[in-house]
Amino acid sequence: MANALLEMRGITKVYPNGVVANKDVGFSLREGEIHAIAGENGAGKSTLMKIMFGMEEPSEGAIYIRGEQVKLQSPQDAIDRGIGMVHQHFMLVPSFTVAENMVLGMEPRKGVGFNAGEAVRLTEETARKYNLSVNARAKVEDLSVGMKQKVEILKALVRGAKILILDEPTAVLTPQETEELFHELQQLKEQGHTIVFISHKLKEVKAICDRITIMRGGRSEGVFQTREVTEQGISRLMVGRDVVLKYDKDSIPHGKPVLRVEQLAVSDSQGKALLAEISFSVREGQIVGIAGVEGNGQTQLIEALTGGLRGVSGSGAVSVKGTDIRGLDILGIRSLGVSYIPEDRMRQGSAGDASIADNLISTRYRSKDMNKGPFLHSSKIAALASSLVEEFKVRCSGTRQPVGMLSGGNMQKVVVARECSTNPQLLIAEQPTRGVDIGAAQFIHQKLLELRSDKCAIVLVSADLNEILELSDSLLVMYEGQIVAYFDNPSAVSEEELGLYMLGINRQDKEQTGRALNHV
Amino acid sequence: MFRAKYFEAIRTAAVIVIALIIAFLIISLVSDQPLKTIGIFLLEPFSTKGHIGNVIEMAIPLMFTGLAVSLLFRANMFNLGAEGIFYFSGVVASVLAIHLSLNSWLHPLVAILAGSITGALLSAIPGILKAKWNANELVTSLMFNNILFGVGLYLLNYHLRDAKAFANVSFKFEKTAQLSKLFAGTRIHTGLIIVLVLIVLAHLFLYRTKWGYELRMTGVNREFARYSGMKTAKVIILVHLIAGFIAGMGGSVEVLGMYSRFQWTSLPGYGLDGALVAMLAKNNPLSVIVSALFLAYIRIGADLMARLSDVPSEMISIIQAVIILLISAEQFLKFWKNRMLLKEAKEA
Amino acid sequence: MNSLLDVILTTDFAFSVLRVTTPILFAALGALISNRAGIINIGMEGIMLVSALAGVIVSAYTHSAWVGLLGAVLSGTLIAGILAFFTLKFKTHIILGGVAINMFASGGTVFILYLLSGDKGSSTSLASKVLPSVQIPLLKDIPVLGPILSGHHILTYFSILSVLVVYYLLNRTPLGLRIRSVGENPHAAQSVGVSVVRIQYTALLLSGFFASLGGAYMSMGYLSLFTRDMVAGRGWIAIAAESMGRSTTVGTALTSLLFGAADALSNALQVLKIPAELIATLPYVATVVGLIIYAVSETRKKNKKLKTTTTK
Repeated sequence: MANALLEMRGITKVYPNGVVANKDVGFSLREGEIHAIAGENGAGKSTLMKIMFGMEEPSEGAIYIRGEQVKLQSPQDAIDRGIGMVHQHFMLVPSFTVAENMVLGMEPRKGVGFNAGEAVRLTEETARKYNLSVNARAKVEDLSVGMKQKVEILKALVRGAKILILDEPTAVLTPQETEELFHELQQLKEQGHTIVFISHKLKEVKAICDRITIMRGGRSEGVFQTREVTEQGISRLMVGRDVVLKYDKDSIPHGKPVLRVEQLAVSDSQGKALLAEISFSVREGQIVGIAGVEGNGQTQLIEALTGGLRGVSGSGAVSVKGTDIRGLDILGIRSLGVSYIPEDRMRQGSAGDASIADNLISTRYRSKDMNKGPFLHSSKIAALASSLVEEFKVRCSGTRQPVGMLSGGNMQKVVVARECSTNPQLLIAEQPTRGVDIGAAQFIHQKLLELRSDKCAIVLVSADLNEILELSDSLLVMYEGQIVAYFDNPSAVSEEELGLYMLGINRQDKEQTGRALNHV
Repeated sequence: MFRAKYFEAIRTAAVIVIALIIAFLIISLVSDQPLKTIGIFLLEPFSTKGHIGNVIEMAIPLMFTGLAVSLLFRANMFNLGAEGIFYFSGVVASVLAIHLSLNSWLHPLVAILAGSITGALLSAIPGILKAKWNANELVTSLMFNNILFGVGLYLLNYHLRDAKAFANVSFKFEKTAQLSKLFAGTRIHTGLIIVLVLIVLAHLFLYRTKWGYELRMTGVNREFARYSGMKTAKVIILVHLIAGFIAGMGGSVEVLGMYSRFQWTSLPGYGLDGALVAMLAKNNPLSVIVSALFLAYIRIGADLMARLSDVPSEMISIIQAVIILLISAEQFLKFWKNRMLLKEAKEA
Repeated sequence: MNSLLDVILTTDFAFSVLRVTTPILFAALGALISNRAGIINIGMEGIMLVSALAGVIVSAYTHSAWVGLLGAVLSGTLIAGILAFFTLKFKTHIILGGVAINMFASGGTVFILYLLSGDKGSSTSLASKVLPSVQIPLLKDIPVLGPILSGHHILTYFSILSVLVVYYLLNRTPLGLRIRSVGENPHAAQSVGVSVVRIQYTALLLSGFFASLGGAYMSMGYLSLFTRDMVAGRGWIAIAAESMGRSTTVGTALTSLLFGAADALSNALQVLKIPAELIATLPYVATVVGLIIYAVSETRKKNKKLKTTTTK
């Protein structure tokens, strides 16, 4: 590895809350290459890049630049060593001009003042040098997303970046802008820059990258010459299974449809389509899985089902047990018997400083059962809380302990206990086992299967293919806001096959995906 | 587990100890007889029935505003409007105390209720602005303090002022309107009973009713409350109404309990003191009793010290500032908590 | 009505507007700088009060008005520094920190005043100095403008100069660029190596600096002594002016002038029997109204955006 420009060895990162984001990861970058890092969400790509850019310090491991060990304790350290980063969420000040954003932190001076003319000149010079045209005097808030990204790239270059890290740069771009970006990256490469390209879009990786490092579950799955691996090969390495889960599922007849979604389409405030032509139904006792790489419309679909959709417009019909739920608020939807396990247990799913008992009753404290006259029925609540804690094996010092003190797995069990114990007709489970230990995950899976036996209809959205293939009765795959595949027998589907649909390599015809509506 | 759990209590105690040490240091620097002065500061409030009475009299308005601010803080609403409402409701109660003629049961009741309802309605304005248009409740409430003061002062000077009195005070209240005293030899009035009942009610409301539950959950995590189906905008307006009602009642009770004329020509400061009381009480209604008594105790101590020694009572505002700065300092003693947590994690 | 116009349309009135605007303008500029760095300093009232007292004490003991001014500025900046230390280092809530500063100042100044002079009401027994007023040559001889613009207190001129300085600082210097970036997108600032905490320290110290000039003016110009609670809400009016001026230098300066005029008007309006107490609330009412209009229009804007996409 004598020719390595930058090398990371044995990188392990454990966050204070105990999440292990990187496990003994090695990474090596050659001068003048475009190097892709591919992996699913939560695979540890972003953490690795943050370490490379000095935003996080590794718990173990070392970084070498041209064979010399370096310590990167802040972004400034990384910048000083010629590393620049283009963040997924742009680090720009909207009310500033392009030139002002370019020079922030290294402002040219004229006496005591800021030399605006020099900033413009520097911006234009850099733009010319790298053939990235921008209007130095325009305000950033008036720019298109693609332009903003150009400013971000120029910002790194003007600070002398030789290594450029781009975090999912195409996620926000139109196809035309993406093409333009690739052209620019090629030019930068020809001028001797080295580029790290984080993505899970395999076509793009194949199109411009020389080598690819694949990550899964916080580990590196190895580094490959891009032209020597197929998209299928990459997808297998990205989504392969870690632990084999197997459950005995009774085959039970599916009853009447509970949830029915027809021709749902949603677009954001800029008019960009987020969901298109989504049609499917979920019946009593049926688990419908929704697979897909994150950011392909799952979030908006769930928001449409749970009443959380704001700031967007849409068309189509969504009904629960025959009642149209569009226009109902969250309480209205919940009173139809809809439960929802949200993806983010800290932000939505729980109130950290409140007790376990308080967290358990948040969706049923209004019911007659829980009240006695003007007061909450505290003995009943306490009894309910203890029985749920016991039933769901929540490890805690008591039901009055704040939920925020629990480990991730136990906190998630509290969320699942609350949502599963109200006799739901329809349960929306979004990443129900993300970031929890395997024991808790299996327990949660069992609970979902129990609900299924009790004739509950379940929508399961998960990035964990193992989970989704094993639990689902029917499986949908979403790609770019559309349903691209429908399987009525998920356990027979291989992960490789699924991966091809998830990554947009394959897609079924309308007739096959249309079966999702009636499951016939 | 055990030690980390008591961290907050230990921290509060540490803040109080530091504040007292600073008080002693100031006294030592200023006083000719520091030991004697410290003795007066600490012990004199307990020396006579009258002094104990002073502490409790002073604690009554602090409990009202402390309770009101606690509820707002509980809902994670940063509203310091109790100050202006306390003042203005006092004016409203005074108007009725002067102009109505009712029996001695009904008169204070009507006056206090009018003051309280005025407070609730005034407080709802920043609440609605916040809930509906997300207007910063802190700025509006601070502006309201000044507006209410100005309007109140105008009412005093132009409509209530007794030209025959020598100072800038209102006409005398009807005897029937004044709250009766509870204990001979003190000025402790029935307002004490009112505020204690209110605190117990607030405690029950907050911890035992579904509305209190909604308030707490909205305060801890509004996103979670919304996700669970709660109408958080309504909760925010409700807590503003309740807090305004309590602060307004405080102002009315204080006026009718302690004075025979309305005579505040500047904001009395109880609203901002309420923020201090609430912080010391960790926003718990029942703890408000203790923290209001504590604050009243050091204030009366300082007053007596000023009267009996050579140290002015304004020293207390320095102590209060220290308490606020430290008690709301998240990082104060945090290193110590982290060390405890680490140790416990290792032991576990 | 005529009698009112008789009062307003005099050079004396215009002169007095500038005179009462001075402390508000100083404090509003201070509030502006810290706000642009993303921290609301509500301790203006307290900082002004402390510096007003410090100016009196230092000038009385050194027999120099200028050294007194220096003392005022240093002590006001020190108070802002204490606030900065607690909020940035100990993570004290910035608003509660401001409340603490105000509480400290209102009692602490009386405490110190009493220790030094034996009087709790005012500093009459201290022989403090006053900063001079300045007649501007040439200008003073021009009719109308002369009597309005010339002969003001030196700090009044300095406050007008400060508007230019703050404008230049915020818009035309590297520090200003950093202050604004920290207030608008601290992550962006951090990502290019700008220390957010250091910038916020600087901004708070600067806000203390300007507020203390306002305080010094109160006791060494507007009046020639310190009296208990002499700032009398001017710190709050300044915060209101900054808020209503939408955090721009020009807007803040103009709103300060407007509120100064309202203050000067309160005397004039008494001719019309409009009470001064109500006039005094005008800046706050204006600010609340401004805040509501702004908040409503922001919400409308969002909703409008939504609607246009729905009809698409």
